[in-house]
Amino acid sequence: MEKKLTYALFTGCTAKESTPEQLMSTYAVAKKLGIELVELSEATCCGASHLQDYDDFLSLVLNARNICYAESRGMTMVTICNTCQLNTAMTKHRLDSDPELKARVNEKLAEVGLEYKGTSKITHFLYALIDDFGLETIKEKVVTPLSQFNIAPFYGCHNIRPSELQNETHDSAENAYNPNSLDELIIALGGVNVDYEEKNKCCGFHAELQAPHTAAVLTGKALMGAMDANADWMVTPCPLCHLKLDTQYEHASHAVGRDVKMPVLHMQQMVGLALGCAPSELGLQHHVSKVNFV
Amino acid sequence: MTTITTQTITFNVFRFNSETDYLPYYKKVEMEVTSEEVVLDILNRIKWEVDGSFSYRRSCRHGICGACAIKVNGKGVLACKERMNDLIELFGTELTLEPLSIKRAVKDMIIDKEDFWVKHEAIEPYLISHIEEHPEMECAVTPAQAEALLDSDYCIQCGLCHYSCPVIEINDDFIGPAAFAKAYRFNADVRDDGIDERLDIINAPSAGVWDCVKCFECAEVCPKEVNPIEKITKLHNQIFEHGRAINNVATRHAVGFAHSIKKHGLLDEAELVRYSEGTLPMLMKHGKVGFKMFKVGKVVMPWNMPKSDKLDEVKALIKSSSTVKF
Repeated sequence: MEKKLTYALFTGCTAKESTPEQLMSTYAVAKKLGIELVELSEATCCGASHLQDYDDFLSLVLNARNICYAESRGMTMVTICNTCQLNTAMTKHRLDSDPELKARVNEKLAEVGLEYKGTSKITHFLYALIDDFGLETIKEKVVTPLSQFNIAPFYGCHNIRPSELQNETHDSAENAYNPNSLDELIIALGGVNVDYEEKNKCCGFHAELQAPHTAAVLTGKALMGAMDANADWMVTPCPLCHLKLDTQYEHASHAVGRDVKMPVLHMQQMVGLALGCAPSELGLQHHVSKVNFV
Repeated sequence: MTTITTQTITFNVFRFNSETDYLPYYKKVEMEVTSEEVVLDILNRIKWEVDGSFSYRRSCRHGICGACAIKVNGKGVLACKERMNDLIELFGTELTLEPLSIKRAVKDMIIDKEDFWVKHEAIEPYLISHIEEHPEMECAVTPAQAEALLDSDYCIQCGLCHYSCPVIEINDDFIGPAAFAKAYRFNADVRDDGIDERLDIINAPSAGVWDCVKCFECAEVCPKEVNPIEKITKLHNQIFEHGRAINNVATRHAVGFAHSIKKHGLLDEAELVRYSEGTLPMLMKHGKVGFKMFKVGKVVMPWNMPKSDKLDEVKALIKSSSTVKF
């Protein structure tokens, strides 16, 4: 028996609030695969790239603090949100490559008895599954192959760009212009991956409040791309993309002048379905765009 | 020495002449491509060997003039720098050659870059310096001060980031990543006195930095590693540091994160929307979606708002590490 995979889980805020189904399905999948997740209950919001606009140094200190708690547990931090992944990995990269900045941050952390060392890896659950658990092993565990579905992968910007930084955080190199991790996961689960232009594009989430038209057009284009590629549903590793695609179809339809709507699953829900988890365990009842095929 | 290999590649070449064609079309061209070639070699061979009317821009041939930027399978490239072998490895043996922006195509790969230059000019891309008419000493810039430009002066104005930016495609007002990076280049220059003037330009709703969707396409595509989104973040910071922030939905949205983290550690999503928009606009703009979300259990009530453990620690850090006020 191999050593059990154990991670420090950084849930982020969304999984605790507007996408409860994401947290439920993360735990359901981990249980099925025998992965242990220890929740970083001390962790704060990553700043979601907006706190960074207001106060960059404060966001560094808070993200470094989050990483400290993964380090003190001696674990790799696993994220389940692309934006958490980006902001945490970016903090790690900046502190690890700039001793002066690291010292400044540690000076603040020392006031509360913490020290950022840089000893923990930070990876997204999608890459933890692929790199550490392995697609072949997942394939063996599939009980309900997703063979009757055309599935449109939606990668989400903050897992694939900037690729130089992202590829430091996981073993399987991903190209931002032709990403394949999610496609390969779909195939491993027996599904049919559909290709469409918007799969590596932006959903508009981060400009939702201040630039609603831009955000709605981007959401609309993504949904349209998946619909025109004959997808039955979309899947994404990012809860923010999920929120946008799942809940904002009316604004999106209005913005692109066409009715766009389809079920959107979290990456964990898709894996869970194939592994035989119950729909209620995966929180499929928490979607606005109804998941009508289960 | 590595051996030169050859592969047969099918190119779908975008063709359009705005003077004679109603619509663009794609011409299939099959070619033997060697591992030594770059995209510009292919453009040349299409013109020389296939169709002399094929048009594209090129000049320096070594990645400094920025003229030959095009898109291959949607990826923005400098044609003279991009190795064919890398593209074949990434996309396979069928490649689509397109201009940077299809809606701005004039002839084949040539686009009208007017909007790029108009926006470039809009941010006042020059030193604004209140210097003595008869200075008595030179205006020296130390190496450390030059470093502070963070390579923003490496921009060659190729337009790759501008025409890879999804917001540019949707919002005609948006100034765009290239011009923002240029604004930073002068704002960060110790000899410059125009920072507040420039910040007011890039702070404007719809045109300014707040409409950036943070997709990182600009950072990914830049052939000179200027990293425009890093500069966009710095401009956001400068707006607050220089007290130029306008009290609007965009700035409140950024500031709201600090409030929420101080109170809960985590972000109070509903409260962030209320804080950013104001109560009434929130209900009007987001009420319908909010209600749909509430019905399926996606809204956490204030009394159930989760909190981070060791919140005292978070509060202490926010107190000691905050660097700006709004």
